[in-house]
Amino acid sequence: MIVNKETIVQLASVQKRLDNRTLTEYRTPIVIETGISWTAEGSARVRIGDNIVIAGVKLSIEKPYNDTPDEGGIMVNAELLPLSNPEFETGPPGIKAVELARVVDRGIREAKAIDMKKLCIIPGEKAWFISIDIMTINDAGNLFDTAGLAALTALKSAHFPVVDESTGAIDYHQKTKVSLPLVKEPLPVTVYKINGSLLVDPTLEEERAYDARLTVTTDDSKTVSALQKGGTAPLTIDEVGRIVDLASEKAKFLREVLNKALR
Amino acid sequence: MSNVLVQERDIVIPGEILAEGMDYLPGENTYRKESAIYSKVLGLVSIPGRVIKITPLAGPYIPRVGDKIIGKVSDITLNGWRVDTGTAYSAFLNVKDATTRFIKKDEDLSEIIAIGDYVVVILVNVTSQNLIDLTMKEPGLHKISGGRIIHINSQKVPRVIGKQGSMISLIKEKTGCDITIGQNGHVWIKGTTNGEYLAERAIKLIQEKSHQDGLTERMQKFLEDKRV
Repeated sequence: MIVNKETIVQLASVQKRLDNRTLTEYRTPIVIETGISWTAEGSARVRIGDNIVIAGVKLSIEKPYNDTPDEGGIMVNAELLPLSNPEFETGPPGIKAVELARVVDRGIREAKAIDMKKLCIIPGEKAWFISIDIMTINDAGNLFDTAGLAALTALKSAHFPVVDESTGAIDYHQKTKVSLPLVKEPLPVTVYKINGSLLVDPTLEEERAYDARLTVTTDDSKTVSALQKGGTAPLTIDEVGRIVDLASEKAKFLREVLNKALR
Repeated sequence: MSNVLVQERDIVIPGEILAEGMDYLPGENTYRKESAIYSKVLGLVSIPGRVIKITPLAGPYIPRVGDKIIGKVSDITLNGWRVDTGTAYSAFLNVKDATTRFIKKDEDLSEIIAIGDYVVVILVNVTSQNLIDLTMKEPGLHKISGGRIIHINSQKVPRVIGKQGSMISLIKEKTGCDITIGQNGHVWIKGTTNGEYLAERAIKLIQEKSHQDGLTERMQKFLEDKRV
């Protein structure tokens, strides 16, 4: 894709893109659906342009970790299905899948988005553990933002299953009205730097042409909870400042879309 | 006693019975089994006279001698370039078919065409094993620089070109872009950013709507409306 890469790089310097979007414009439509899986406690399908990602939340009761006896926990796992991009292979998760899962995980974990203390049932013995699974259905570029949005939507839509008081067994077929103790809404926005210009929501071709990228996870109060830098080129302090501003503005936009969809 | 079970421009799927009895003949993409004619592919039926043919809606590009295609250079060997044509088969562009210039023995071939470059080439030979020989020596064949490459279904290429090139010259005229279409479904567009974008959308639209009637009028309207 050398030709398109050259053209993308040239256009970026004059603030233009191949598909005539502005640099800070997301693709349309952004479609958010919840409850797509009846086996999961919470699930979501998110579509940004041609990008489709599904996320599911499963809840289980486990023994808390020894260093945090009064807290539950979260786990994030991402799978890049071979169906979604010809470059993805079956087998153990590769570097891209691990990075995707860790970026989403760190955003939620470090924002302290879930009140872990409220997940504890009996300190040192029983606590709820949240497992988030992310699957890419179609990769058209910008999996980070789509996956982050899908994970948050799934968390928001999740409800605890019914637990039998006497035996302690979980009945996954019945759900209570209680949703997860979600106190913040962190959303990752990845800003790409191509030929000195900063842009969001890259297509697959733009993802092949970038110099550097920075994923910034911000919550409702614009507090930055996590950063992830990628690419070979360096970023100046001034650029990082501009990226964080842009990311928090775009996260606010995505959060509005999300809340409109869930209402 | 024969009867045709489908009509002109019906969409059929592989294995679908098109006609019973011996009065009709199986044409392109169909086959006869016992006394019935079946479809081999997903496509549109056409019945000119007593022959039943199917125009496929999708499918891979089958290399044919004389086709102009756009390929991507995937490897450099001692005496030429290996070119990815978007088919399952390997294509080769020899040094002697790539340039009229004299090339010295130790010259670095990547300075002429590098890996990842796109080239407009013509198929000169397809062996029985479907190995393809290419040439870049005829007029209009060159290495591509600038602009953008898009991919379309190779079965739709004739529709994008139109009758005697009517559709493609319409798009060229309205968008002011240079457009080169490879038979393998790679299309190179070069012009202004807005023009390129409009041409890309137009070609994608043709690909989607190609089986419907009145395509040229529809495109004319589309391009008039969106003209910048």
